[in-house]
Amino acid sequence: MRNIFVFIRRFFTFFLFLILLGISFAILVKYNQTYRAVFDNTAGELTGNFDKRYSDIEYYFHLTETNKALSDQNNHLLNLLGTSFDAPDSTKQYKIDSLSNDTLHKVRKYLYLPAKVVNNAVSNEFNYITIYRGARQGVKKDMAVVGPNGVVGKIILVNDNYSRAMSLLNGKSKVNALLKKGLVAGAVEWDGADPQYLVMRKVTRSATVQRGDSVITSNISGLSYPPGLLIGTVAQIKQESAGGSYVLKIKTATNFYTLQYVSLVENVLRNEQETLEDQTP
Amino acid sequence: MSNLLKNIIRFVLFILVQAFVLNKVPPLHQFVKPYLYFLFILWLPFNVSRSLLLLIAFVFGLMMDYFSGVPGLLAAPCVLIAYLRPFLISILLPQEAAEASYSEPSIRSMGWAPYSVYVIILTFVHHAFLVFIEWRMNFSGFVFFIGKTAGCTAVSLLLIFITELLFNRKTKFRTNAA
Repeated sequence: MRNIFVFIRRFFTFFLFLILLGISFAILVKYNQTYRAVFDNTAGELTGNFDKRYSDIEYYFHLTETNKALSDQNNHLLNLLGTSFDAPDSTKQYKIDSLSNDTLHKVRKYLYLPAKVVNNAVSNEFNYITIYRGARQGVKKDMAVVGPNGVVGKIILVNDNYSRAMSLLNGKSKVNALLKKGLVAGAVEWDGADPQYLVMRKVTRSATVQRGDSVITSNISGLSYPPGLLIGTVAQIKQESAGGSYVLKIKTATNFYTLQYVSLVENVLRNEQETLEDQTP
Repeated sequence: MSNLLKNIIRFVLFILVQAFVLNKVPPLHQFVKPYLYFLFILWLPFNVSRSLLLLIAFVFGLMMDYFSGVPGLLAAPCVLIAYLRPFLISILLPQEAAEASYSEPSIRSMGWAPYSVYVIILTFVHHAFLVFIEWRMNFSGFVFFIGKTAGCTAVSLLLIFITELLFNRKTKFRTNAA
């Protein structure tokens, strides 16, 4: 027994080294599996606070681009308004009915919440975005993050006042996507090479693809992402060496360098779909 | 200024510089990412005990991780270089003359050549270990491992060289009076 103590004391530094290394790896592994092990409120609020201050300053340098992106989006939405359209047929008459309920029984599925980006990275292998809006302001895990120009990522961690999103520029990110022309399915990932380009895999060779084709979110990804949102445009077409599928290089629609405001999208019917899918034997 | 206060200020400054200056640099290439924060561990005084060195490095690495997003990723290489540091110093300075008369590793206290070897080896070990972990998490090719280690090491050494030129640390010669 005494020998054991002598042994431990003699190699105390080495054991301490192994223990600390073990803790690091435990944190790393656990964090990457569940995304919530270590990101507790204290650490999150502290770094969130610093990030907020930094972002307040940096924000001024991007005002021009931010304003332009927001006004473009406004313009796009104005074009979709009912008042922008005119009925070409004057023989038809429209009557306004006085029913207070929507008789078509339309149900809201996606709810948009605005939020400010306070920290954003593009240069790592695994990039994350910190957002100044948390559980108290209605953010939930797995909500989609959408910028003025297109998809940005997905919420993975929620804190009282801040939340953290996994950017599309992340080795672990995977989004089900469609080519808008022909509605061909594929999966959009990031290879870590260039923050302006994503990679779309598993596109069947029977598809006709051209440079400049739009890539949108598919209805399969609808649990988080509303279908039909722009992810990017095809920049390069390659054939996979072994399999019979295309590998497409996608230019991102979102400019990740100058991200300032995003919308968080909540799928209100998410629970219903999930419980139903879980019940499937 | 006391040694403790000086190192606390360094702790904060290195983290802020890495998190809000170097991490915000637009990426030049996939393999090139500027890291400087670990210089804090290389600059810690000689007389810190080995266990305390490990603990400081662990806390420092974990703090850095919280600012960069993946907890545990940078803490592991920090602990590794903190463990290797005393061995390297005792190999490079067998006579222990410098340790007795100077407070911390620098060009003046160790000499130009031993200090360079010390910095190059620890920088390389730090990056090799860091990129190795990223490589295992990412399942990218072996070229990624070699390329990113080489690229990051080169940029870090350049940054450390500039830092040494800019901040001429006046390491006091320790006398009995002090």
